Amino acid sequence: MSRSPLALAWRRFAQNRGAVVGLAILLVVVLVAVLGPTLMPQSPWRMVGRPFLPPLTDAALPLGTDAVGRDVLTGLVHGARVSLLVGLVSTLVALLIGVPVGALAGYFGGWVDDALMRFTEFFQTIPSFALAIVLLAIFQPSLFWIILTIAIVSWPPVARLVRGEVLSLRTREYIEAAILSGQTSLQIIIRQVLPNALPPIIVLASLMVATAILLESSLSFLGLGDPNVMSWGYMIGAARTVLRTAWWLSFIPGIAILLTVLALNLIGEGLNDALNPRLQRREE
Amino acid sequence: MKPLLPSLALAFAMAATAPALAQQSGGTLNMVVQPEPPGLVVGIWQNAPTQMVAGDIFESLLRYDTDLQPMPSLAHDWSISEDGLTYTFHLHEGVKWHDGEDFTAHDVVYSVDVFLRETHPRLRASLVHVDSIEAPDDHTVVFTLNQPFGPFIGVFEVGTMPILPRHIYEGTDYANNPMNATPIGTGPFRFNAWRQGSYIHLVRNEDYYLEGRPFVDEVYYHVIPDAASRAVAFETGVVDVLPGGSVEYFDIERIMALPNTCITDAGWEYFGPLSWLWLNNHEGPMADVNARRAVMHALDREFMRDALWAGRGEVATSPLSSSTRFFDDDLPSIAYDPDLAREYLEASDYDGQTLNLLPLPYGETWQRAAEVTRQNLMDVGFNVNLVATDVAGWNQRVSDWDFDLAFTFLYQYGDPALGVARTYVESNIAQGSPWNNVAGYRNPELDAMWEASAVSPSDAERQEIYSELQRRLIEDVPNAWLHELGFPTIYRCNIHDLVTTGIGLNDGTRDAWIEQ
Repeated sequence: MSRSPLALAWRRFAQNRGAVVGLAILLVVVLVAVLGPTLMPQSPWRMVGRPFLPPLTDAALPLGTDAVGRDVLTGLVHGARVSLLVGLVSTLVALLIGVPVGALAGYFGGWVDDALMRFTEFFQTIPSFALAIVLLAIFQPSLFWIILTIAIVSWPPVARLVRGEVLSLRTREYIEAAILSGQTSLQIIIRQVLPNALPPIIVLASLMVATAILLESSLSFLGLGDPNVMSWGYMIGAARTVLRTAWWLSFIPGIAILLTVLALNLIGEGLNDALNPRLQRREE
Repeated sequence: MKPLLPSLALAFAMAATAPALAQQSGGTLNMVVQPEPPGLVVGIWQNAPTQMVAGDIFESLLRYDTDLQPMPSLAHDWSISEDGLTYTFHLHEGVKWHDGEDFTAHDVVYSVDVFLRETHPRLRASLVHVDSIEAPDDHTVVFTLNQPFGPFIGVFEVGTMPILPRHIYEGTDYANNPMNATPIGTGPFRFNAWRQGSYIHLVRNEDYYLEGRPFVDEVYYHVIPDAASRAVAFETGVVDVLPGGSVEYFDIERIMALPNTCITDAGWEYFGPLSWLWLNNHEGPMADVNARRAVMHALDREFMRDALWAGRGEVATSPLSSSTRFFDDDLPSIAYDPDLAREYLEASDYDGQTLNLLPLPYGETWQRAAEVTRQNLMDVGFNVNLVATDVAGWNQRVSDWDFDLAFTFLYQYGDPALGVARTYVESNIAQGSPWNNVAGYRNPELDAMWEASAVSPSDAERQEIYSELQRRLIEDVPNAWLHELGFPTIYRCNIHDLVTTGIGLNDGTRDAWIEQ
């Protein structure tokens, strides 16, 4: 019985129990991010109860309140949207930078490759978190700049990965056939090379979303977040000073970050199994 | 139940004997200084940590009690002439500098007329009222003023007018004098050692002119750069005194649960730290008086005090701190009233512009205060954007008037002419400093009153003008006043007489003694 490659991939993905669990968790988070603010329209910054109300003591405020009496559950729900948004958009931007750079370097080789890779290495030599702090100190720490900063520090691995893939694909016979048939370089890169390099990019991207969420949280933790946006990292950052008196204020958003990042990693692993052509062959 | 009774009896016995305890000598005082001072010669450096350590080494002519009434220090007696123009001080005899030289009235004249006139801008502003400073003999100093200046009796404080040794500084480059590393003063403690990044060590001045004082043998000022570590240092017994501002407010409750731990808000009366929101009167939505009134009544300052400042300090009711002279306690209310705020907002020109709110970058408590403020303002109908900033960015934005609302707090130095007028007079509007009339409030009528009140000869006249000024300012709301900040000193209860003046720890630990 012949199946489409997509269905085959899904079957292999579904065989990985961890990946399915990850997908389930992520679906819940996405659902919360999409619907939550509609279900809880109250601003997460509004003071609604007495400060430092522990969780499970008031039915109206099930997760308790923070240092100035803001509802932790509302913060968590609104924070989901921010964390996912930062993760997805910054990964997308990083791909938009990294894929073309890697593709051009790998396809053309020679001095283009040298120039682009030295440029990439320039970014890789600086620890990404340190670079992010410096960039945010220069820019305004608003959501826009935070997303851009995370993208700027996370594109080099994409470029290197894509370059490697393109380098190996470039010598294949069907590429040479495409050249002979008179297609332009741009057409070949977009139509022939990149589609075949896609699986590892997808796997990397799923992990990058997780890293971006962590990076945003770390930046907010250090007080470099957007002060007008409630994110999980902000919640932990604001709570760390009261860790000894109100541990749950750090613990609850910490669990949210842990679960989301774990889910994304599990999915990434599942995708790797599902899309890896070598595993594919082994099975058939 | 049995053990309760004896311990109760013991407690009663201790309570009964406590007031009768005599001062005991000896022991070591371990304090925190935060941050590490750039130097110890107050006069060259005016930073808060410099002032605190220097208070043990240097002295001025007077000290002030918690009602800001003058008390003897280097001067044991003083008088002011009827016309308010001549101030005569009689100095203690037999006072020696830490290097053994005699202290005389000429040191005072030199310090004020030459040294501080050059190095101390805040004192210099008061010295414009002074015609001459003379020493008719070794133990008398006479200040002659060109016109009556009521606040003048308040400037003889060690951070404002420290007396420095003429024999060390005369004719030298003050800032680079090698003796700055080993300061010489007349105070109850001598400088012994300074391990950078670790501690400053002072030892008892055996030749101090007050018999028996100081009581403790040595004082350590520990440098501990992180607030949480300072709290831990107190918990583990490394330090016994946490001066105001050394731990975060949310840690106070936890620390106070420790045994033998006392707390006091006293010792800040002279400074009268008052916090407020600068409202940009130059331009934008806050140029409208009704919008400013809306801001004033939208702020739930009582909640902020209780939730963020651990209940310390007071909600401000006037542009003057209640510890500042001429404070009026019978003023129109500026209390929290969101409905009234909405009415004022309705009456204003405000139509939904986004206001930029600048928090004070001094840590978590101030950040939370900004968040609560934003929420309070949004609740009555303002749109507010919180601007993220660091200290340098705050300085620049405030100096450049690049804000709609900005947090700040300033000291008042006991007298409105010294510490309050500067915030509201038109002559003090100048771009480039975050400490002058940043809001850009202009009112020529009030300017004339500020000027008249400073030079009025009698306190009754001054009170009348200042009461009117407070009423008029509350009507105009040039700034939204927040809190009379409490900077509580936390210490072990067996340390007695630690804070005895309105200047608090900055006046040194001359009177402190440790119950063994």
